[in-house]
Amino acid sequence: MSDIIINVQNVSKSFGGVQANTNVTMQVETGGITGLIGPNGSGKTTLFNSIVGYHPIDGGSIQFEGQEISKLPVQQIARRGLLRTFQQTRIYGAMNGIENMLISLPHRKMKIWDALKTYTREDYERADHLLEFVGLYEKRMLKSGDLSFGQQKLLEFAMALMNEPTCLLLDEPTAGINPTLINGLIDRLKRANTEFGITLFVIEHNMRVIMNMAETIYCLAHGELLAQGTPDEIQNDQRVIDAYLGAH
Amino acid sequence: MAKNKTILYAAILAFTFIAPFAFPAFGTQLATLWLMIIVALTWDMTGGQMGYNSLGNIFFYGTGMYVAALISIGMVYDIGDYTNAAGGGIYKFTDLQYFGGLALGVLGAGLFCSVVAVVIGYLTFGLRGPYFAIGTLGVAIAAGELVSNWDWVGGGQGIALPVYPGDLDTGKIFFYFLFAAVGVSTFLFAKWLYGTRFGAAINAIRDDEEKADAMGIHTLRYKLYTWAMAAFFVGLAGGISAFQLIHFEPLESAYQTINLGIFMVVCVLLGGKGTLWGPVIGAILFHLFKEVTWNYLLGWQWVALGALIVVTVVYFQDGVMGYLMHRYPELFGIKVDEKTREEVA
Ligand SMILES: Nc1ncnc2c1ncn2[C@@H]1O[C@H](COP(=O)(O)OP(=O)(O)OP(=O)(O)O)[C@@H](O)[C@H]1O
Ligand SMILES: [Mg+2]
Repeated sequence: MSDIIINVQNVSKSFGGVQANTNVTMQVETGGITGLIGPNGSGKTTLFNSIVGYHPIDGGSIQFEGQEISKLPVQQIARRGLLRTFQQTRIYGAMNGIENMLISLPHRKMKIWDALKTYTREDYERADHLLEFVGLYEKRMLKSGDLSFGQQKLLEFAMALMNEPTCLLLDEPTAGINPTLINGLIDRLKRANTEFGITLFVIEHNMRVIMNMAETIYCLAHGELLAQGTPDEIQNDQRVIDAYLGAH
Repeated sequence: MAKNKTILYAAILAFTFIAPFAFPAFGTQLATLWLMIIVALTWDMTGGQMGYNSLGNIFFYGTGMYVAALISIGMVYDIGDYTNAAGGGIYKFTDLQYFGGLALGVLGAGLFCSVVAVVIGYLTFGLRGPYFAIGTLGVAIAAGELVSNWDWVGGGQGIALPVYPGDLDTGKIFFYFLFAAVGVSTFLFAKWLYGTRFGAAINAIRDDEEKADAMGIHTLRYKLYTWAMAAFFVGLAGGISAFQLIHFEPLESAYQTINLGIFMVVCVLLGGKGTLWGPVIGAILFHLFKEVTWNYLLGWQWVALGALIVVTVVYFQDGVMGYLMHRYPELFGIKVDEKTREEVA
């Protein structure tokens, strides 16, 4: 089982009367791309939030690299190299693209005296390189709050890469992205996985995207695990089809 | 551009040196101006750069006064006996005792305030927005009350320190240069700090602390360090004030929440929050305004001051620097997307 990086066992989470996750069990394999789908409100973001320590869970266990993390605060989990992007995107709107990148340098690798240094040439080069990678190099000097939603998503993705995570949870990375750019983004996500060696766990509404990328897909419905399997198995699973049809 | 800056800095430094000799009548006011600059710059370290608006920084000023006084007295006499006699003139200090006590007292005040900032910060940095402001204000008010009921340190009477051992005018210049030295150091320190990764991290905390957490930044640690740095300089300033004032008491001069405690915030708002020069400009404008109204509008000075605060907070929140940045973004290296600019226009 050493090739499992995130191990979620029987996790439940409710908000008042709303049971957002019920006994969810799933595994994310080291080095791969795992997908998480489900109709609106099925509890996908809630599960991500539980994994990264955003809120305490009601029951169950979450392990990262073999260690229990369900009681750790957000920052400590982030410093272990498990990072997330937000569905609503969170960037520093008042800063420009470069500043957003520089602030995302991995602080887990920084001692206090490192923090008291100014940014190095390498830091700037890395920032430029990753901005180029997501296609935002031209916009790097602009105030990030002025970028479009899709561009902000790309910036947030680049910021996450700057942080050098071992595992990255992406909450709907293609939402709001110009459809003509989606193929390019799929390509970049795959390259982040293969070239940078980052394990990806991706929530996605766009079926074409997720079927194209993921090796394993989990499907949630009403907070419970409905199905799991390869893209082919999921696509042909009658329960999944019904859940999506029923939701619309 | 770089050359212009060097000239500007040189001019300011030259003025700093000449001012007390050129305007001897204003020696004390000029010293107070530096004090305002110090407390404004340090307030902005947490308030402007980190997004934590403390109303309790005056706590470090008052505590700095007491710590400096107690160290310098305690090195020579029994503190209880000394305060019991209210300083009483019987207690003599040699030059060495005076200056040695001042040096160690002021330095000790800064260090002590740094440590206390970490402790109080640990308890209060869980609070956000107005709760943090009120929480820290509470600390300052409580400290003032506690100290005024603590007889060992002079209670409500306060403490009288020895007088500067030289003639009065030299004394004024001496304190002016002490404040100026701390002021310049504070400015240079802030200028350096804001250019580091540390500076960027506290800006990130201000702009979106939750995101900073999610990126693995040691948010609490940075908040504590920042406040400790601010408290250090405020503590130094408090320590110098104690010797400059000679006699001080807890509520009106040390823990003066409604005077200096609020003024420092107004200075920063007036000059421009979250900028290096804003607090300096704000302190100068505020101090001028205050001196003028206190001299020419006596009886109405508090009304005028209140009006200034209201106008600043309601109509001029971004201050002088904010206004300039908005008006001339190119001067500050800010790029505006032509498209968005057209949309806004
Ligand atoms: N902080 C919260 N407080 C109360 N209820 C919440 C909270 N977060 C989520 N919920 C509820 O939990 C359920 C699951 O929400 P969640 O955001 O996890 O769904 P999702 O699968 O991410 O949906 P979407 O596809 O729309 O993003 C919903 O009913 C939602 O209203
Ligand atoms: Mg969601």
